[in-house]
Amino acid sequence: MSVAGKRVLPGFNITMGYTLVYLSLLVLIPLSAVFFKTATLGFDEFWAVISSPRVVASYKLSFGASLLAAGVNAVFGLLLAWTLVRYSFPGKGLVDSLIDLPFALPTAVAGIALTAIYSQNGWIGSIIEPHGIKVAFTPNGVLVALIFIGLPFVVRTVQPILQDLERELEEASASLGANRLQTFRFVIFPALFPALLTGFALAFARAVGEYGSVIFIAGNMPMVSEITPLMIITKLEQYDYAGATSIALVMLLVSFALLLVINGLQAWTSKRTGRDR
Amino acid sequence: MSGATATLAGHGGSVSSRYEDSSATREPTWVKWTLVTISLSFFSFFLLLPLFAVFTEALRKGWDVYWAALVEPDALSAIKLTLIAAAIAVPLNLVFGVAAAWSISKFQFPGKQFLITLIDLPFSVSPVVAGLIYVLIFGRQGWIGGWLMDHDIKILFAIPGIVLATTFVTFPFIARELIPLMEAQGKEEEEASIVLGATGLQTFWHVTLPNIKWGLIYGVILCNARAMGEFGAVSVVSGHIRGETNTMPLHVEILYNEYQFAAAFAVASLLALLALLTLAVKTFVEWQAGKSNNQSDKEE
Repeated sequence: MSVAGKRVLPGFNITMGYTLVYLSLLVLIPLSAVFFKTATLGFDEFWAVISSPRVVASYKLSFGASLLAAGVNAVFGLLLAWTLVRYSFPGKGLVDSLIDLPFALPTAVAGIALTAIYSQNGWIGSIIEPHGIKVAFTPNGVLVALIFIGLPFVVRTVQPILQDLERELEEASASLGANRLQTFRFVIFPALFPALLTGFALAFARAVGEYGSVIFIAGNMPMVSEITPLMIITKLEQYDYAGATSIALVMLLVSFALLLVINGLQAWTSKRTGRDR
Repeated sequence: MSGATATLAGHGGSVSSRYEDSSATREPTWVKWTLVTISLSFFSFFLLLPLFAVFTEALRKGWDVYWAALVEPDALSAIKLTLIAAAIAVPLNLVFGVAAAWSISKFQFPGKQFLITLIDLPFSVSPVVAGLIYVLIFGRQGWIGGWLMDHDIKILFAIPGIVLATTFVTFPFIARELIPLMEAQGKEEEEASIVLGATGLQTFWHVTLPNIKWGLIYGVILCNARAMGEFGAVSVVSGHIRGETNTMPLHVEILYNEYQFAAAFAVASLLALLALLTLAVKTFVEWQAGKSNNQSDKEE
């Protein structure tokens, strides 16, 4: 502890002041515009916009596909993290670096690349379409894009926890007669679970708001393959600012709720593992 | 959503052999190779294939078409605008990130966790909503839209709007990288420096900066990658004026929608190269950070 709580280091007032001003000007005040704009609408008008059939269909697709994609990523992300931490195989370093590709690759680039692969003449599309499986320009395409962008969230939250697990616990489990599957089920998995759930939530939150990678492959048919962010764009293009803002408010509230959940999960993870984030 | 960036943990290369050497913590070989095969197939299918597709499609019509798509005036102006937006947004968020990390990690105050959550906000807001909020403020019917029109100041559908939207979506990257790093390092070294008579700036420059340099570089390159690649938010505020307010991702979209696939993928391949470069720098930085961690472990 420093000299009885007295501040030795300088610069608190100026850095904190700058932080608060910059945060307010760039983030908080602009975000509050959504609330103020929606408040100028009557509740009936607001409700009519956010409960119209086309918008409700977009919630179903956005949330449904995001849940499914986060679920797929939770399974395969855990498997990838496990493979990267526990096994050695050729090219491992390269795979580890490329896991973050969806963070670094612009979403529009991912979108057109996925569309090219899964469209009728694409590498995968030309194989699966004769069997009656259509991906590009259907809700399946939305799912594929959301799996792409969500994968690193799960791998990168599970990987460090898996790395820090104490090997002695597993050895103790083995010496007490458990086989590897039992050890995984009763020793390793419970330790990983909070991190896995956090990764799932992060992937889900990202998927719900995702726009760039989805719109190219979705086909954007009303009632079928329109995501909620696209509904905001559609309203904006019709100069329906009130409508766009109403849907934006719904999305913002969902984001805030997810942020709270994720913060709670992260606190649980660090409590469970004694690790700071 | 710190999961997006908080990954600068040193990767212990020997972790896997530690487990594979002991029969108590080792799976049968067939289990290992089954799991490796499944996870690598998934990885190749979902991550590698799109990456290869970008370059294959870009070169489908040969190098001449590829090159022509990049030096065409609209493409050049899009590249220029993307560079301008990143050149403004990244330094702004760098200064903010350092200031925020200094005040949050070196001092105690009530509401600290809440402030960190607020800084994280732009990560969890949909890019489309991020663009919309600036339309609500600077748009024709927005808060100060009328005043701006009277004074002939253009923000929306012009460069300032694009810079603002880019700055918003990349807002937390550097702060998020620095806060945990500087918190972990404590403040004893800085306090010693101040007590010995150094000024605040000298202390920051000679004591803090060398300690956080790898995290700082990592935050900057991630921030830059996102700034150059942002699509949704910029799309809302840009107005898509060719040769004037198109960034590279928007230019890709226009070309793609005009069925100029080879040209679209040519411009996209530049962005994909940028992504690969970002990952390469990231890997290098992690390696350096891991090396200096090992060194300090030895010194202790």
